[in-house]
Amino acid sequence: MPLQVKRLLLVFAIFIGIMLVLKYVLTPDSWREYGPYRGNAIGEIASQQAKYVQKESCADCHDSIAEIKSRGEHINLQCEICHGPGYQHVDDENFKMEITKNSTLCLQCHTMNAASPKNIIKQIDATEHNEGEECITCHNPHQPWL
Amino acid sequence: MDKIQSLYEALTKVDGFIYPNELALNWDMLIVMYPYITGLVAGAFILASLNRVFDIKALRPTYELSLLTALSFMLVATMPLITHLGQPLRFYEMLITPHLTSAMAIFGFVYLWYLMVVLLLEIWFDYRYDMVIWSREKKGFMKFFYKALTLWVSDTSPESRKTDEKIGYFITVVGIPSAFLLHGYVGFIFGSIKANPWWSTVMMPVIFLFSAMVSGIALVMFIYMVVSYLRKQKIDMNALDTIAKYLFYILIIDFTLESLDQIHRIYEADESFDILKILVRGKLFFTFFIMQIGVGVVIPLATLGFLQFKKPRVRIRKLIYWIISICVLVGIFYMRWNVVIGGQLFSKSFYGFTSYKVNLIGGSDVTLSLLWFIVPFFILAFLLWLLPPWKKAPPIEIPEE
Repeated sequence: MPLQVKRLLLVFAIFIGIMLVLKYVLTPDSWREYGPYRGNAIGEIASQQAKYVQKESCADCHDSIAEIKSRGEHINLQCEICHGPGYQHVDDENFKMEITKNSTLCLQCHTMNAASPKNIIKQIDATEHNEGEECITCHNPHQPWL
Repeated sequence: MDKIQSLYEALTKVDGFIYPNELALNWDMLIVMYPYITGLVAGAFILASLNRVFDIKALRPTYELSLLTALSFMLVATMPLITHLGQPLRFYEMLITPHLTSAMAIFGFVYLWYLMVVLLLEIWFDYRYDMVIWSREKKGFMKFFYKALTLWVSDTSPESRKTDEKIGYFITVVGIPSAFLLHGYVGFIFGSIKANPWWSTVMMPVIFLFSAMVSGIALVMFIYMVVSYLRKQKIDMNALDTIAKYLFYILIIDFTLESLDQIHRIYEADESFDILKILVRGKLFFTFFIMQIGVGVVIPLATLGFLQFKKPRVRIRKLIYWIISICVLVGIFYMRWNVVIGGQLFSKSFYGFTSYKVNLIGGSDVTLSLLWFIVPFFILAFLLWLLPPWKKAPPIEIPEE
């Protein structure tokens, strides 16, 4: 075999060797346990703390607001849709849950949108309907009058 | 991907009805650069193989230049993809966790095969003898560097050169299907996405392949003229005319295949046809009709076709070739643009469109794309300095057995 071919084969063997070592060292432990992904990923994701605690947890303390809300249009909405995830507040009641008070939050659902059904989600044109005002000056978000 | 702040802002980007996840384009201009640059590699290599395997002697002056051009662009071909990743430093995971369930997961291997087994080897065997000679002439670091490049093999005997020549030839023969594999693969990535009627066609790998050849040949033609100008050397007009002839032939095949694909789409007129018609006549009008077909195909085809029958003076011919090579390069860029961006502009509900505006400066748009297009030229300049084709020893003749 010519010398240059021998040298090249040696270089390729070294390269492939390095790749195999890297593959051995860097491949995640549980790769291919179930399929072409890390098997441990399922457990890791499952073990993460849930960030949303559901409205029943809110109602344990805020029962009066839950009662008002149960009579209004927003009965089926989770508290955390507007207030954000509550896991830190549940653990420590001094942790304040900040909420946007201006109209941006409300308009995420209630802005005029031809693609969403008007009989289910009431809509306003924010440029005509009390522009710049806070919605909650007139509407109680826990029991909005319509 | 731009962050949409409010529904009002989102609606300014939309016509008709689209699904929420279609609002922002996931594949932006960097993904346009990926098939473009990869195509230039495959095309430049095919041009080199025309000389070596198909023995078209007129193309000899551009043989090494084609290979070095292919290598320069190949070294950068993955960069648009890596810089487009949300987690660029995890790119190596694709190589250490191979599997066959995703076409995209195969790219690392297609790329490595083409780079290591085809391009580097062919250039190495082609330059091995010259590098040995240069290592003897140079001093200091360059002597060591050339020696290292030869892998400390200093054999310059005619037998060793014959071996280089034979193995080089064999690698080029293997290289042709490999170049087809490389760019056919890129077309497959798009052609295999069955949910997207603008992409999903079995013709896609073939169309990508021929457009790759067209762009690669145009690139080598452009670079050959610029390099000759910078070196103040006379351009070999026979070589240039031959390149132009092949550019003409392959452009015809490329245009025929693309037309066939479109005619098939138009005649079939399935449920996606109405939206594609509006897409092509509307949002893609400039990039499709003007740039891809007008600048990229009609002007070059008409001009090169004319040159097949009537040859103007050398000076004018050179100017025409120079302009045509740029036209083709621009046209093929827009072809990639129309595929990648066009395929994401219409809703898969077939009832609406989103829009795409390139950002001049930002995460992954014009500046970065331009960078990955310019860097190969600097790499090429370095390679031409390191391995100048014009200082190579004349090839050794192998007697017919």
